[in-house]
Amino acid sequence: MNWDLLLVQALNGLQYGVLLFLLAAGLTLVLGIMNFVNLAHASLYMLGAYFGAAVFAKTGSFVIAGAAAVLGTLAVGLIVERTTLFAFYARDHLDQVLATFGLILFFNELVRVIWGPQSVYMRAPEGFTGTVDLLGAVYPSYRFLVIVAGLVVALALYLLIHHTRVGMLIRAGASNARMVSVLGVNVRLLNTLLFGLGAALAGLAGLMAAPILAVQPGMGDNTLIVVLVVIVIGGIGSIRGAFFGALIVGVVDTVGRIYLPLALRQVAERTIADAAGPALASMLIFLFMAVVLAFRPQGLFPARR
Amino acid sequence: MTWFPEAISLRSPRVIAVAIFLLGLALLPVVANALGEPFYITLAARILIFALAASGLNLVLGYGGLVSFGHALYIGLGAYVVGILSFHGVTSGWLHLAITVALCGLVAWITGLICLRTSGIAFIMITLAFAQMFYFLGVSLKQYGGDDGLQITSRSDFLPLSIQNNTGLYYLSLALLFIALYLSWRFVHARFGRVLRGAKSNARRMRVLGFPLLRYQVAAYAISGSICGVAGLLLANLTKFASPAYMFWTVSGDLIVMVMLGGIATVLGPLVGATVYVILETILAGYTQHWMLVLGPIIVLIALLAKRGLYGFFVR
Repeated sequence: MNWDLLLVQALNGLQYGVLLFLLAAGLTLVLGIMNFVNLAHASLYMLGAYFGAAVFAKTGSFVIAGAAAVLGTLAVGLIVERTTLFAFYARDHLDQVLATFGLILFFNELVRVIWGPQSVYMRAPEGFTGTVDLLGAVYPSYRFLVIVAGLVVALALYLLIHHTRVGMLIRAGASNARMVSVLGVNVRLLNTLLFGLGAALAGLAGLMAAPILAVQPGMGDNTLIVVLVVIVIGGIGSIRGAFFGALIVGVVDTVGRIYLPLALRQVAERTIADAAGPALASMLIFLFMAVVLAFRPQGLFPARR
Repeated sequence: MTWFPEAISLRSPRVIAVAIFLLGLALLPVVANALGEPFYITLAARILIFALAASGLNLVLGYGGLVSFGHALYIGLGAYVVGILSFHGVTSGWLHLAITVALCGLVAWITGLICLRTSGIAFIMITLAFAQMFYFLGVSLKQYGGDDGLQITSRSDFLPLSIQNNTGLYYLSLALLFIALYLSWRFVHARFGRVLRGAKSNARRMRVLGFPLLRYQVAAYAISGSICGVAGLLLANLTKFASPAYMFWTVSGDLIVMVMLGGIATVLGPLVGATVYVILETILAGYTQHWMLVLGPIIVLIALLAKRGLYGFFVR
């Protein structure tokens, strides 16, 4: 067993998990507190990546690109929420799914019209193009930056949710939204705030993913489905669940893709292992979700009721 | 709304309109061939196939109130049954059909048992995740074309019928669609369907009355998966192609749009919805390459306005 490889893969899993967390944190709040199925979260992530890549290509400044990605996505999110989505808050889940499905198709086509069907590439910012030395393993410094930034955001969210008044209202909303509104809290404002927070986090995730992944139309769709798996595993409405769920899924998926085919080769014939390994690896997180649901339908870290 | 089959007057405008529509479907290949426009047969076959899938989805979505965002999974499974069996030289269509129905029923039964442990938002997300899991499975099957899909050299042999030409395939699709519509009609008005609808409107009360709802819901889920599988079998024969793209999540979304557009929880709604939706897509795609830019907002409008759907509007 090559420990350097394992360490690098574990870090890659952590980095993927951190990105998933940024998306899952915003979405799980919208799902849990507003009881709103927002598939268009995928589009906000994609727009964040495009805004970041486009502004970085123009200005060359990662800070300006970051501001553009987060603020731009926040603005788009709030505009969509105020013009379209608010009309669906009181509707049933089926209508919400349908409406946000329509929005995804629209935004995917919109970026294709503006930036073309090809992938847009973004360089890593100055000073983060090299590698760092971690316990003897060589690791790209930009990916390390993503891990650190993601953990800082997670810490900031923790402080926001557990040690501020707004956070208290958010937690109360996750437990019993109707009771919060009965107590005289402006739930409409809280909803818009939550939606905006989710949009900004999605934009940030898009920006951080842009130098690592290809920025292309529909890039958020597959990620969204993995994020939904994270939320189901962690428990809907639970930030803690989103955090641990994201890290588990990120590491299981990344490490599984490398080691599952290798492990299969030990026990099965090479041709069978080579055929079944990648197939099983790509299904791993979904099978994991199925197992979690079979034993704990409410998720591993459900929001406290 | 009554739960009993209403006495339908054979002269009501709705019955006459439906009769004309169905007669038109039966005569369509004859007219298209006479006009020298065989393209319309392919288009209409596509409509029938999606109508079949949408009516399968409608059983759980409409009558059961279970929002499945993963029914493309069964379309893909049906298509891969044809693709993989033909690849290995098994071309009997009846065998394809039997295996499709059994396999899709089984997969829907197992995933249904897991999905039904949750409800509401979690149910939507899990059905979506399972469909995506099989999508990735299709992509990773390198020996069967992987990402590119699997070419099917010759269509299934439904001896003594032949579907080698599009007209034959069209009539097979029409026959299977009629069977599915008849079965849904019987299903909805039978005790089974009434229990399912009872579970949709008040699950707790049904449980208190002593109905084992999970069994009914899983059974409905399995039947609905099988029907979508048959649609997949027909789709693979129409395009002579089995591809992971048939399992992509947007296909599940399209099916939901068709059901909602036509009229949720009506027997003929999915047929009307599929007809309008496929024609709309074809017309929009003819105007501009960026037709999704128009279709997306239209779907939002459908979600906002189409409470009972085009056909549902006529069904009181």
